[in-house]
Amino acid sequence: MSAPRLTKGAVPATRGVVGTSMRRVDAAEKVTGAARFTGDLVVPGMLHGRVLRSPHPHARIARLDIAAAERMPGVQAVLTGGDLLGATFAGTDPYYGHAIKDRPIVAIDRVRFAGEPVAAVAADDLAAADEALLAIQVDYIDLPAVTTVQAALAAGAPRLHEGPLRPGLFHGLGELRLEEGNICYHYHFARGDLNRAFAGADEVVEGEYTFPAVYQYAMEPHTVIAQWGADGLTVWACCQHPYLVRAELADVFGLPLSAVRIIVPYIGGGFGSKSYTKMEPITAALARKAGRPVRIVNRVDEAMVTTRRHNMTCTMRTGAMRDGLVVARQCRIWLDTGAYADNGPRVAATAGDAAPGPYRWQAVDVDAWAVYTNTPPAGSYRAFGAAHLSWIGESQIDALARKVALDPLEFRQRNLLRPGEEVRPGGKPLDADLIGDVTKVAAAIGWGGPKPPLVGRGVSVGLLTAGAHPVSTAAIRLQADGTAVLLVSTSELGQGARTVFTQIVAEELALPPDRIRVMGADTLFTPYDRSTGASRSTTLAGKAVQHAAVNLCEQLLEIAASAWGLPRASLAVRDGAVWHETERLSYPDLIKKHFGMVGGELIGRGEVRPQHGTGSYAEGPVFWEVCVGGAEVELDPQTGQIRVRRLASVADVGKAINPQLVEAQEEGACLQGLGNALFEEMLFEDGHLVNGSLLEYRVPTTADLPDEFRSILVENADGPGPYGAKGVGEGALAAVPAAIVNALADLGIDMRQLPLTPERVWRRARELGLAPRRDRS
Amino acid sequence: MDGRAPSMRIALTVNGRPVEAAIEPRELLLDFIRDRLGLTGAKRSCDVQVCGVCTVLLDGQAVSACCTLAYEARGREVTTIEGLAAGGHLHPLQEAFIAHAAVQCGFCTPGMILTAATLLQDVPAPTPEQVKAYLKGTLCRCTGYWKIIEAVVAAGRRTQEARE
Repeated sequence: MSAPRLTKGAVPATRGVVGTSMRRVDAAEKVTGAARFTGDLVVPGMLHGRVLRSPHPHARIARLDIAAAERMPGVQAVLTGGDLLGATFAGTDPYYGHAIKDRPIVAIDRVRFAGEPVAAVAADDLAAADEALLAIQVDYIDLPAVTTVQAALAAGAPRLHEGPLRPGLFHGLGELRLEEGNICYHYHFARGDLNRAFAGADEVVEGEYTFPAVYQYAMEPHTVIAQWGADGLTVWACCQHPYLVRAELADVFGLPLSAVRIIVPYIGGGFGSKSYTKMEPITAALARKAGRPVRIVNRVDEAMVTTRRHNMTCTMRTGAMRDGLVVARQCRIWLDTGAYADNGPRVAATAGDAAPGPYRWQAVDVDAWAVYTNTPPAGSYRAFGAAHLSWIGESQIDALARKVALDPLEFRQRNLLRPGEEVRPGGKPLDADLIGDVTKVAAAIGWGGPKPPLVGRGVSVGLLTAGAHPVSTAAIRLQADGTAVLLVSTSELGQGARTVFTQIVAEELALPPDRIRVMGADTLFTPYDRSTGASRSTTLAGKAVQHAAVNLCEQLLEIAASAWGLPRASLAVRDGAVWHETERLSYPDLIKKHFGMVGGELIGRGEVRPQHGTGSYAEGPVFWEVCVGGAEVELDPQTGQIRVRRLASVADVGKAINPQLVEAQEEGACLQGLGNALFEEMLFEDGHLVNGSLLEYRVPTTADLPDEFRSILVENADGPGPYGAKGVGEGALAAVPAAIVNALADLGIDMRQLPLTPERVWRRARELGLAPRRDRS
Repeated sequence: MDGRAPSMRIALTVNGRPVEAAIEPRELLLDFIRDRLGLTGAKRSCDVQVCGVCTVLLDGQAVSACCTLAYEARGREVTTIEGLAAGGHLHPLQEAFIAHAAVQCGFCTPGMILTAATLLQDVPAPTPEQVKAYLKGTLCRCTGYWKIIEAVVAAGRRTQEARE
């Protein structure tokens, strides 16, 4: 732990811990193996659960015989859909889903995707559970399956969900209604007169684009331990949103909120894959049937069919004037949300919001549909929506720039929104300097400098609605010895939330960081935080933490003022004490004075809530996260292989509370962006995942690193978080594919399908007459 | 256990201490160290020897404990992340990972550090290119690898300076 610099003299606006790259508070535990993840915990009496998953994308379950499995040695319970409708589960709603309650905890009579849970076994050990799965007999009758969006939308396609639609607790999208056929959700907005704007445009570009399904690959697969007791249900889970999981489990099992307790140990990466409710309901149901605690750990192949990124088809056209001003854009987006809604409606809305890009339009018209298919459910993955749309919109911006003979950077500088301009009607005005950001990123990749042959450069700019719902609370317990315990329910999944919060408390309370302790969420004790996602934690939970610390300072000043009989304004907090000129009362002294004896503690509380409206992020967003990137690539025309020579991104964070952690977020997001751009793709054949292991699904390794990487920190103190901070960590994932696509277009190769595999690039180059033919006659 | 009695006895050294245990023939080294010995620093992820989070040292060589039988460790020396810090002092790699923010979620960290430790045995002060080449079989999804490479290079440099 590095020693904080505590300022001497009058209390300045900052005390020096915020803005430094303080070492992570969790690093020592993590480098020694002491850090505990959910799968490292053992609850007394705990059984091991395994899930039997459907081998069919769409089928009726004609017979499900568990008798032999139940008799096997070591087997304690076998859960099926029939149980959920029976007496053991009276009062339980067998369906869940935070957006739409369309998903059975375990299949009831019918399976809708290959990989859907059909039964679950709890046994004394995993080997016994695995063997029992083999003894479960299931007769399936295949039903016609729709495994692509096109098939799902065809006339006469079998319908996956007949309704009635039951809205979930947390869709945040106004009124949901049952849509036609297999449409799960439709998002639409339009402004201006589209036909007129296009009719007046000098240049129009248009195209159809496809984006693959992608696996988030949080290295720790979904892991849950569930235990029932006299007080209700306790769950240890690697979940990003413990309070939303608590509410959903309470809803499903018919319990009061206070009877469900969610404890979140360290999380081995999330990236959206652990947002909302995933394996918690089935684990809790299995534990209930077994009457013992149960742990379920997904394997990687199971994690891949638990949630994924939406694959997408999109058509877009964009028009501009010869003088270099954009006028209109129309975009239609079809997102494959798989068999159940999961976060599909929100992804559709966010994709729609990302479609126009941060430009000044006369008219825009956007439709986004989330469509049910017989494939594994799709949900959140870092920068969803923007990652889907940025590369498309930005490639059309570049194409138009070329048509009107303008440098793509200059074209953007002419058209980008400026700070304070409206991004969408009624929403938050732009709170970032995009022109400054893209100019910086262009410089970082040598924009305008000489280019060797077969080297192209591209930049990209986008916006991501960020912050999600602005409700967070925090409490700080100042102990009798002057140490502090911060209670906050943000999940630590690698982003460094505990470290950043420690810095905020240290700053406000004038305490050394090593006298502050912050633990993970335990919903029985740590106060409400809406979620850990949408880049919201530093901005919103951090603000609640700051308010709690300020509240505590006020209490300390009040006690000191009363003890000294002096006005509060003449006092200041410094070095773990309240000061009046040269006199000081330490925090332990103040606590002792307050309680009149040794012991006791002071509790500071802070909250963040929406100032207006409902706090839905349709009204926001809390802030706009920028997606700004630049890439320089080199093409091997013989193979279609792309080498990324230079990569740069902008972290427009308002204020970097910990610059090193910001940089770390950028680096990670950029490399995931590179994987999404160049090779990551879940491959399905007739609804079956055919690359369901890390042998066949490739993620970036050190061998894929660009030759040079720069993340540019921009601190304009223009965010709504503490010290002007705003979130970071997602935008680069959307920016990088867009920049790489544009760098390739700079070489004349306009790509309309991700990932940019060598084969696809080579074929496109050949179509365009740009790749050499190798005749071997 | 499920009623099938463990049927083999093995003796080995784990983090410098002798261990004797009854194991099942099919038991994986990863399950043995995590479940029987409670050493949970080694993690499970891909199950197919790709990701590296289960890495432990077997007689000083990095192996994937998810694809190694516990029986294969009989009579040999196993080092896990819990055994890397000697005499209460962190290994230079552990210190460098902290200083360079090469840790994020921490799930890959134990395997990454142990793998890097075997590089430093062979190449005491590797260049960034050597580190990149050596670590390409160990995955991290959080960091983008740059800070890990920096940390390994720094640890190597520090170790070499200490020797000189």
